[in-house]
Amino acid sequence: MSIIIAILVIGVIGLFFGALLGFASIKFKVEGDPLAEQLDALLPQTQCGQCGYPGCKPYAEAVANGEAINKCAPGGDDTIKKIADLMGVEVQPLDGNHETDNTPKVAFIIEEDCIGCTKCIQACPVDAIIGATKQMHTVIIDECTGCDLCVAPCPVDCIEMRPINQTTRNWQWDLNSIPVVQLDATSQEKEV
Amino acid sequence: MESVIERIDKGLFWKFHGGIHPPQMKFLTSDKPILQLPLPEKLVIPIQQHIGEAGEVIVNVGDDVVKGQPLTRSTLPISVPIHAPTSGKITAIENATIAHPSGLEELCIKLIPDGKDTWCERTICPEYQQLSKAEIIEKICNAGISGMGGAGFPTHIKVGTTAQINYLIINASECEPYITADDLLIKEHSSAILDGINILDHLLEPAFILIGIEDNKPEAIKALQNATQGIDKIKVCVLPTQYPVGGEKQLIMALTGTEVPSGVLPTSLGIVMQNIATCFAIADAVIHDTPLIKRVVTVSGQALEKPQNVWALLGTPVEFLLNECGYPQQEKKHIIMGGPMMGFSLPNNQVPIVKTTNCILAPSEAEIPNDNQEVECIRCGQCAEVCPSQLLPQELQWSAKAKDHQQLDTLNLFDCIECGACAYVCPSHIPLVHYYRVAKAEIRQQQLLDLKAEKAKVRFEARKLRLEREKLAREAKHKKAAEARKARMNSGTPEANNEKSAVAAALARVKAKKAQASAEPTNSANPSDDASSEKKSQVAAAIARAKAKKLAAKDNNSIAEKPPAEINPVIIDEKIEEKQTLDPAEAKKAKIAAAIEKAKAKKLTTEAKSSTSSEIKTETVTAPSPADAKKAKIAAAVAKAKAKKQQAEQKKEIQLSANEDITSSIKDEPIAEAVTDKKARIAAAVAKAKAKKQQTESK
Repeated sequence: MSIIIAILVIGVIGLFFGALLGFASIKFKVEGDPLAEQLDALLPQTQCGQCGYPGCKPYAEAVANGEAINKCAPGGDDTIKKIADLMGVEVQPLDGNHETDNTPKVAFIIEEDCIGCTKCIQACPVDAIIGATKQMHTVIIDECTGCDLCVAPCPVDCIEMRPINQTTRNWQWDLNSIPVVQLDATSQEKEV
Repeated sequence: MESVIERIDKGLFWKFHGGIHPPQMKFLTSDKPILQLPLPEKLVIPIQQHIGEAGEVIVNVGDDVVKGQPLTRSTLPISVPIHAPTSGKITAIENATIAHPSGLEELCIKLIPDGKDTWCERTICPEYQQLSKAEIIEKICNAGISGMGGAGFPTHIKVGTTAQINYLIINASECEPYITADDLLIKEHSSAILDGINILDHLLEPAFILIGIEDNKPEAIKALQNATQGIDKIKVCVLPTQYPVGGEKQLIMALTGTEVPSGVLPTSLGIVMQNIATCFAIADAVIHDTPLIKRVVTVSGQALEKPQNVWALLGTPVEFLLNECGYPQQEKKHIIMGGPMMGFSLPNNQVPIVKTTNCILAPSEAEIPNDNQEVECIRCGQCAEVCPSQLLPQELQWSAKAKDHQQLDTLNLFDCIECGACAYVCPSHIPLVHYYRVAKAEIRQQQLLDLKAEKAKVRFEARKLRLEREKLAREAKHKKAAEARKARMNSGTPEANNEKSAVAAALARVKAKKAQASAEPTNSANPSDDASSEKKSQVAAAIARAKAKKLAAKDNNSIAEKPPAEINPVIIDEKIEEKQTLDPAEAKKAKIAAAIEKAKAKKLTTEAKSSTSSEIKTETVTAPSPADAKKAKIAAAVAKAKAKKQQAEQKKEIQLSANEDITSSIKDEPIAEAVTDKKARIAAAVAKAKAKKQQTESK
């Protein structure tokens, strides 16, 4: 008799918790993939497709599902390190197929050569090129991610990638070019 | 508030954290009057000399300008104009190296003085109290005044605050070694400075005005005390000498005992600080209608023969000042702009003086030795003791080296005022401030990139949505059109019936063709080879014809005389130029043709790249194909003509024979016709086959 009671009690408890879990899985269902979202936040959002996916978000989703973490060329080693930290995996060197130089660039349209074919406009993932059929096109530099996708479709090769000009605003301090300036107190006092 | 004033009256001040006592070295220049210099040969005036946005240039190359004439116009609130420091001619508006540690070039206006120093028209206005506050602020803005202590924040924004101000603090502490520019300015122009302070008083209406000055400038203190005698509101506060008491937060702490929290502006605490040189400039601007075109610069250092304070026009090259103060040519060029603690080395001697330049330092080898090798940190903690911002310099340094931006943020890197006290006391000669500067620049860059990435993401998502929407709209449109067509066809009008029957007929035709196609291979097992080969050769001939046609068209076109691969952009350009001289329509045509050529050339190159037999392929497409095609065409044409001729002859014969013998002709006719037909067909097939062969060979 006591065995039956025990089985009943355990069974009721099991049913109760099962129902609770089932309820929770419906009530607190997480929309979307939080890991993919976090990965997407780490990617540089150039939408260049060099990873083989049509944009940064698809790649983030692929990484969340086990794709290699070293395919983001614009992000470079920094991004790989961040992804590795988030995923808890080993840092890998950038995929050999994707080796590029990481100098920030923006597209530039040589306007006298542009024939107004709109092919680059269709290729731009962030709508950073303005123009219309048979009208000259131009790039909005501030919006351009430097993804390179507009260069190939141009039938007259009038788009080139130019490095972003260095100004005093984006200048990075270069330790080697500035001698260390420090007052030597002891020698001063002697002279004085 | 009373207690603060009571304490100040008693000569008691608060102490800020840290601070150091570097050798003053002010004796080099403090006892000599400010020197008036002759006009330099040329002036290079950077269009941006303050924090914020550059103004818009309103003069042109070749313009003659007079002294005090504005050269730029401020288009944004956080922007001040620049003015011609003397009369002369504008010779260039171009990029030149500016006073920045990077040595980068920015837009500058180059002015050659004419030596006359002609002033523009000015209206002197001693009764500034009559003007409204807005008018005074506008005057300050139009005079191009920005903070002259070092940061260069536009003054009109600082004095335009509507907040309740308790303390207006005038910064005369000038704590950095060597610099005596403010000291000398106070000694010589204390009454003008007082005018400036009064104008600020009029604008800000503070409860008290505190002038913070270090006790190492006794003559300046005396001058200020004499000037402010009998004014209860203004307190001259003589502070003990300590570096960096001249820092904004440090001076506020020392005078009022209020600590300005991280990320909070002093204005929100009821405190405004102005540099004493800015006060002088304000007085000049409001009362004498003189824009900011010159400033006192300390030219010091033991490499100079006569170190001295000078009145330097903005835009004067540093070299000119050095030469005036006896800079020996053989000295190793190592010039510092700003003081020895916070200044930076100049990339060359042509850098111009700007609104924030208070000192040019030409040290001797002994003064600033360059051979201090950085060694490992020994964790002595002296840097943390002297840090006036109460940061942890050694931890900051480690995080900066590790590029741990998050940790740097936790350690409040952006509260560092880069005073250099930590590097000064460091026994390991670690250039701490440089590490912080690098890290700050990196973090700022990263923030910009993050912003950009966020923007790109939003735009990418928006584009995806737009494409999706357009696709749906297109589909809906097609569906609607199809439905409309259906409805029309089913409407029962004669037109609709016609259409219907036409569609039905077309469908029937397609069906019949299909049936034939499926029947043929089974019916004619033998001729299937012939049929297929004929079809092939037909296609080949058609291709050859098309090519020949294209070529002929190209031949007509003067531009395409050469095969596309040979045309290089230069030739195209020349052609375009030639054409443009003829007539616009033709030029357009030529341009389009050129674009087409370019496109073709691109295609060719890409094709060539993709295939391993690149040379052969290009050849087939360019050189031999025209000849082959022509040949094939000719052969086909000849064959056709022959067939036609034969047919015509045959017909004639038949007609003739019909007159003679109808019965026999009736028998003969179908045979003869069949024979001629066959002959003609064979000839055509041969020609086509030849054409095909040639093509395959060429391939």
